[in-house]
Amino acid sequence: MATATALPMFDERERPPREKITACVHCGLCLDKCPTYRLLGTEMDSPRGRIYLIKAVSEGRLAMTPSFVEHMYLCLECRACETACPSGVEFGSLMELARAQIERHVPRPWWQRLLRWLVFDELFPYPWRMEQLCHLLRGYQRLGVQTLVRRLRLLALLPARLRRMEAMLPPVPKRPFTRSVPPWLPARPPRQHRVALFSGCVMNLFFPDVHEATVRVLQANGCEVWVAPQQVCCGALHVHAGEREQAKRLARRNILVFERQEVDAIINNAAGCGAHLKTYGELLADDPDFAERAHHFSAKVQDIAEFLARTPLRGPLAPLRQRVAYDDPCHLLHAQRIGEQPRRLLRQIPELELVPVTDADFCCGAAGIYNLTHPEVSQRLLEQKIAHLVAAKPDVVATGNVGCILQLQAGMQQAGLAIPVVHPVTLLARAYEAAGTG
Amino acid sequence: MDKARLVSELAAIVPAPIVTAPEELLVYECDGNTLDKAQPDVVVFPTTSEQVAAIVRLANQYQVPFVARGAGTGLSGGALALHGGIIIEMCRMNKIWEVDYVNQRAVVGPGLVNLHLSLAVADAGYFYAPDPSSQGSCTIGGNVAENSGGPHTLKYGVTTNHVLGLEVVLPNGDLVHFGGATLDTPGYDLTGLFVGSEGTFGIATKVTVQLLRKPEAVKTILAAFATVADASNAVSGIIGAGLIPGALEMMDHLTIQAVEAFTGAGLPLDAGAVLLIELDGIAEGMEEDAARVVAICQQHGCRQVRVAKDEAERALLWKGRKQAFGAMGRLSPNYYTHDGVIPRTRLPEALERIQAIGKKYGLRIANVFHAGDGNLHPLVLYDERNPEEVTRVMQAGEEILRTCVELGGALTGEHGIGMEKRDCMPWLFTEDDLEIMHRVRQVFNPHQLCNPGKVSTPARQVPLWRGDP
Repeated sequence: MATATALPMFDERERPPREKITACVHCGLCLDKCPTYRLLGTEMDSPRGRIYLIKAVSEGRLAMTPSFVEHMYLCLECRACETACPSGVEFGSLMELARAQIERHVPRPWWQRLLRWLVFDELFPYPWRMEQLCHLLRGYQRLGVQTLVRRLRLLALLPARLRRMEAMLPPVPKRPFTRSVPPWLPARPPRQHRVALFSGCVMNLFFPDVHEATVRVLQANGCEVWVAPQQVCCGALHVHAGEREQAKRLARRNILVFERQEVDAIINNAAGCGAHLKTYGELLADDPDFAERAHHFSAKVQDIAEFLARTPLRGPLAPLRQRVAYDDPCHLLHAQRIGEQPRRLLRQIPELELVPVTDADFCCGAAGIYNLTHPEVSQRLLEQKIAHLVAAKPDVVATGNVGCILQLQAGMQQAGLAIPVVHPVTLLARAYEAAGTG
Repeated sequence: MDKARLVSELAAIVPAPIVTAPEELLVYECDGNTLDKAQPDVVVFPTTSEQVAAIVRLANQYQVPFVARGAGTGLSGGALALHGGIIIEMCRMNKIWEVDYVNQRAVVGPGLVNLHLSLAVADAGYFYAPDPSSQGSCTIGGNVAENSGGPHTLKYGVTTNHVLGLEVVLPNGDLVHFGGATLDTPGYDLTGLFVGSEGTFGIATKVTVQLLRKPEAVKTILAAFATVADASNAVSGIIGAGLIPGALEMMDHLTIQAVEAFTGAGLPLDAGAVLLIELDGIAEGMEEDAARVVAICQQHGCRQVRVAKDEAERALLWKGRKQAFGAMGRLSPNYYTHDGVIPRTRLPEALERIQAIGKKYGLRIANVFHAGDGNLHPLVLYDERNPEEVTRVMQAGEEILRTCVELGGALTGEHGIGMEKRDCMPWLFTEDDLEIMHRVRQVFNPHQLCNPGKVSTPARQVPLWRGDP
């Protein structure tokens, strides 16, 4: 292409590796599992097509044109294509590397640069700043400002994306989970494991109740739980947005924090974080000081469902007479291949009825910050998802990732439905509490 | 051609997007076969039959070639815009218009994914029989064009045996109907003529297909053999005994390695070949038939037999078989799939000769195929970065196809001729045979604008029509 020389190409730093690209043999078995391809039908927005574009840039046939950038970012990174791929193509990793190349070479408009700098570099890496922001949001919600703003329809003045964010904002709790508990929480005897809890950023601030439920269930199953102080955001948002260097800094920090104690496992309850924590080894593979330690760290990371489902749950669990629709978080099912475990756990609650959901393995459109960057595609996926969930006639929907919970809650609200959306561990904790063992 | 004008007129016909940017057209330069490449000038996504007809009329007006495309999983370059022009992408016409269980038929859009049809009627106890290995992605329209088969072809036949009627946009833009709602309709069997015409007789915009009742019982058996020859003899033994399995598939040693790495289904990695045998039908007598199959396998040196104990195990075994092509990426950056057919009795000989061809050209060849109907799929592994190797791949491929024809077989079982095997047609047909085919095409597609350059090179080249004088 004539313009190819003038426009940016891949550089040699963490270039998408040739063998990962050629693992794709263009068979097309991923197509129907890709949410954007199913929605749009455009080959450029299919996993196979995206790899073809990455390959073209890698071979110098194509430059990182605006259209290339657009198609790379239209991907949800749900990684359903990886589950479908017979050839074992590591699509997520390829996409992350391609986006990092984009961020290094393709200039963004000033306001996007500013926003990205604020969010990725100045906010998420600092728990204290996150907490202060939460206090502000809590003030907004609690002092009647939100009600007033909503009543006066002032929100109409905001750009659509901010309106969406405002609508999705859950009630902000008083204090983060890590501030409300001591660093060590004892096991219910007999003690079997010593585990650490990865508290994360958003989970810690907005969902202390899920952390509490997680700890409760772990304790009930003989785990002594260490809530490591000074841990930071996992950096998943950063790698997905092509900000690998900041992601590496966060990874190193977390590794240092969790090295302070010897534990059997590092437990997390947010699929997006868990999937990323498991790739610290790969992320820091070129760092001589951290490569091996990162590998060691990642090997210990387990999702709460993965950890608990290895053995039957300790009883007693009180019955919960509810129809539960379980929806797979993409980064649990596709990135971590954990699909059966959460269902197996829920089935152990007496009288709980697990109802099948059509396309439970399909993305809900949350995809990290995708619902903010691509509201239209996200909204269409959400509407499909809500329709499938509603068809299952559940009393409650369970899904194990913070982004999905917020997205599905917003979807239910939009549809005027009162079906609650919870983390599966919340249901387990309820069953333990009701039995007097939680 | 004034592309800007064409595009603006297309925009008046079809909803967005209209793909014209070079970096987007790039991904439409090939389908599932990556050896042949050609870029279209524009890609459109119609949503109705009328839009398709209008696009085709416009293409005629501008004398621009056009080709319909489904999911782009074809393996013979059938959906390539060989001479540029318009790709009419049919995937948005994927509606199930009507399902009539009593009369066992459904009317569907050509863009419907094959598997979605079977899933939609599964709860009612029905299925759509043709099941290409790519059925999770490929479309019914593409299946109609290529007359696709699949593992269950052995018992149930190919696509043409399941298509009752069609709504077609002819290459001149007329919207017509072929066939009807029953297996036989009065007049010429134009449906039969159209199915397998590889997109050169027009574009199907609605397809009436036959639905079958799901079999009452299914038994899936995996039998492992030390050699391909033993497995081949067992195939002949099973068919010779009068048993007709729903499917009878073979995977050789190399294929087993790739598939097992993907599914972890527990295939024996040291086996020379495995057979995947599926019996289906009424429950009564199923156990006896299965016992006979196992006994025949054992007579032919079968070392290990595994019967799927539930639907999950059956699905896992089939997943490996159906996605075997894609799994080749674990062994090699590229593969070239062939589709030759041979009389099933000559399987051992054919496979021996294919291995010899591989050796001669220094290439690894994996085999995974429909053993029951002698439809081979030798997968020649290579790396496209090595042009010298690509040349050897082409030479070996040609020799494999010649071998199939020599053994009394054919060039293709289900993937179509497309552009890939176009020049091999004279090996199989006389000049007069080809002339007849060409004349039939002239009736439908006189100006050669509809998927030009596919299936056969006309014996006498007809110059492109340039408009009335």
